[in-house]
Amino acid sequence: MARLIVDRVTKTFGAFRALDEVSLDVSDGEFMAILGPSGCGKTTLLRQIAGFDKLDGGRIVIGEAVVSSVTQHVPPERRRIGIVFQSYALWPHMTVAENVAYGLTVAGVRDPERARRVEAALALVELRGYAERRPSMLSGGQRQRVALARCLVTEPSLVLLDEPLANLDVHLRASMEEEFSRFHARTGTTMVYITHDQAEAMALADRIAVMDSGRLLQVATPSQLYREPADATVAAFIGEGIVVPAEVVDVDRNGRCRVDLFGLSVSMRCAPAQRPARKARACLRAGNLAIVGADASGIDARVVRAVYQGGHFRVEAQLDHADGVLVHMAVAEPCQLAPGSAIRIGIDDGWVLPEIGKIVDSIAPESADSRRPGGVAGADG
Amino acid sequence: MADTAGWRERAEETALLWVLVAIVAILSLLPLARLLFEGVAPGGRFSTAALSSVLSSATTWTAAQHSLVTACGGTALAVLIGATVAVLVGLTDIRGRNAFVFCFVLPLMIAPQVVALAWLQLFGPSSTLLKMIGLAPAMGSRNPLYSAEGIVLLLGVQYAPLVFLTLRAGLRTLPQELLEAGLAAGAKPLTILRTIILPLMTPPLVAGIALCFVSCLGNFGIPAFLGIPGNYLVLPTLIYQRLAGLGPSVLSEVAVLSCLIGFIAVLGIFLQDLMLRRRDFRITTTSNAMRPFELARWRPAVEIALWILTIVVLVLPLVALLLSSLVPAAGVPLTVKSATWSNYDYVLFDHAAAKRAFINSFSLSATAAIVIVLVAVPLAYFLVWRRSRLLRVLNLVAEMPYALPGVVLAIAAILVFLKPLPVFGLTLYNTVWIILFGYLARFLVLGLRPVIGGYYQLDRTLEEAAQIAGARLLRRLATIILPLVAPMATAGALLVFLTAFNELTVSALLWSSGAETLGVVVFSFQQGGDSTYAAALAMLTVAVTIALMLSTLLTGKPARGVLPWRG
Repeated sequence: MARLIVDRVTKTFGAFRALDEVSLDVSDGEFMAILGPSGCGKTTLLRQIAGFDKLDGGRIVIGEAVVSSVTQHVPPERRRIGIVFQSYALWPHMTVAENVAYGLTVAGVRDPERARRVEAALALVELRGYAERRPSMLSGGQRQRVALARCLVTEPSLVLLDEPLANLDVHLRASMEEEFSRFHARTGTTMVYITHDQAEAMALADRIAVMDSGRLLQVATPSQLYREPADATVAAFIGEGIVVPAEVVDVDRNGRCRVDLFGLSVSMRCAPAQRPARKARACLRAGNLAIVGADASGIDARVVRAVYQGGHFRVEAQLDHADGVLVHMAVAEPCQLAPGSAIRIGIDDGWVLPEIGKIVDSIAPESADSRRPGGVAGADG
Repeated sequence: MADTAGWRERAEETALLWVLVAIVAILSLLPLARLLFEGVAPGGRFSTAALSSVLSSATTWTAAQHSLVTACGGTALAVLIGATVAVLVGLTDIRGRNAFVFCFVLPLMIAPQVVALAWLQLFGPSSTLLKMIGLAPAMGSRNPLYSAEGIVLLLGVQYAPLVFLTLRAGLRTLPQELLEAGLAAGAKPLTILRTIILPLMTPPLVAGIALCFVSCLGNFGIPAFLGIPGNYLVLPTLIYQRLAGLGPSVLSEVAVLSCLIGFIAVLGIFLQDLMLRRRDFRITTTSNAMRPFELARWRPAVEIALWILTIVVLVLPLVALLLSSLVPAAGVPLTVKSATWSNYDYVLFDHAAAKRAFINSFSLSATAAIVIVLVAVPLAYFLVWRRSRLLRVLNLVAEMPYALPGVVLAIAAILVFLKPLPVFGLTLYNTVWIILFGYLARFLVLGLRPVIGGYYQLDRTLEEAAQIAGARLLRRLATIILPLVAPMATAGALLVFLTAFNELTVSALLWSSGAETLGVVVFSFQQGGDSTYAAALAMLTVAVTIALMLSTLLTGKPARGVLPWRG
């Protein structure tokens, strides 16, 4: 077991900054998920930690030792870590037992010690009796478990998992998720789990690091990430948050504030350091929104489309006050909302994005946000 | 501790890399550089005497002209046959495709001198076959193949499979949708062939033409068997005659001749490179199998035509060769009574040089195949996965000894090894080792290409997983990578073995007494007028070649697109 410190790591490919001063501190025994859309740099980061590539700035520390810096590079074979690859990377010319035993053989462990440990590793992933099979004779889930056993048999201090569930079907994913969880609890190994699937990350991780465009946006527990996103990108990416322009009118001491949202006064959560601000942004969740009667207080909007999603409709609407701002919410059956119908939306809670100092006058949508489905940033015009 | 971590790994990788760089440099860079040096500075002193005397000699230009005429003619014939067959086999629904491809590609794998010998036995006044059916020309008349036309005909037959193979590889990558779009637009199959397929196939076709031209230019066996008797000399046979007649004293002169033929070949390669640059010829596994065009009522006629072609270019010459190997002496008619195995007895058990040649050719080819594969696996690793820039440059250089005509490399090898090696004091010249050097240099690329293809098809995480498990490079190469590229490496080794086993061009110039190869002995039998012995020995090499090719059809995993005779 070991602590992993990634300290201002930078990696460039030509003019492209794949990693831009990424810092991450994974404590001993922690399950850390690195979450981001494809191309965000998460796999590049994993390859840096594993040592497959050399970095261009910063350093990486595993346990007590600096393994990567600009001046030194410990090769992967000396890092004593484990990896579960997305493709599993099982050697097709070896049996299951030979695959698992490989790391031990390389380390000079001989029978009967080696056989005992292979047996134990296979038992741990419930694959006893499969030792003599070839990987090609196993199902996807079994291959995954062989890969896991192979990576853990040498008791590495740190295990990296590179989208290990991406190649499995939906049913198998749920059971493998559970398996990873149990596994982590039993071994207490430090784990870094790369994924683009936020449900997976939320279900498994102690903490989640959200990456985008080579930068680390936020590191937080799953609940904190959902409830208190650090900026508009995280808010939009995690749980399809709706980001809207807002004015923070006044702040009380209990982490709540009063916000003016298109003329509607709403009580919202905010960071303790939040100050009143004329131009702030707030993150709303679909669950915070509801259709209210014409006489109640709310924001007028026009329905853009209603999509049936089994038991409820996902209703997307455009606010009348500021064109371009799209919101979405769940509306229970029965619901007769044709596109174009006028509705009034009530809002009971939200989160003021703690972007102090970042935005002052301009809240123009970032191009990356507007392209993401559901990630609709506020716009003044 | 942190400062020293990984130094062993780095040292091991650096050492391996430099060993590979040294091997490639010694095999390709050194001989070619030495040859160019000899061209401008014969005997180590700068002089244009050899250069001007060779370039002002009428013989040189006659041979160069003959080389160009036969190479162009041979290429034209090969393209005509190869392209037609590629279109028919690649695009239509003929039956028995695999058997036909095997037979059609066979001449490429058989030694050119054996092909020449077989055709000589087919025509001419002493043809056993023609005698049997009473069609033999009168005794004393000239064999029609002893002519420029004969050389062109045989070059065309020998290298038609080269055009066929490059074009067929191109046809395999042709997306089905493009043809279906043409059909949907109302075009007839022949219109689609003319307006869609052939334009798209221009790059592989031109690449095939260039490859064929360079092969024809460098061919030694065919012009040696057909041209020397009629004193129709091309550059390779001119070089051979000079060197065989006058010995190493004319080295500077033949070095200039080699540079000349090399220069002509480089023009051909340059053309090919120009076309290859526009396309990526790596094997793609995603290409959909194209649905063949239905020939309908024309199908039997086309099939019969293809098999007649096979009989004419393959079966008849080989039958003629077989029959000639069974008569007691050239010119004696073959009857049940006169048929004899004595020629085989003689070359297998009595003739000392022939017996030695079997052992030499077998061990030289096998050694070359094994050494080349052992070099190719780590070399391709650095080329494909590590993208070592230094090796990429060397890889281009490594192509040269194979791309250039064989005589060029042979002369270069003589120049390098004529004097005893410095430091060691060993003389390789006039030993079997200089032939081995020639084979290693010339055929390295043959073994390397399939292995490179193998790496492109491998998932690199298989190696990374072993790296994470703590295995250093040499162990990963031995326990993970070698087993995974083994099918491709085996195919490469087999190609090297068969090519070296049937080779004459390099050993004709490098052999010495005691270090004869099969090609050399067949050649000297024929030159000495012992055509029945030559035929028997040639039949044996054909039998070994066909047996090895057939064995790949029966065993092992198919390494698609590597072995040319597999469909």
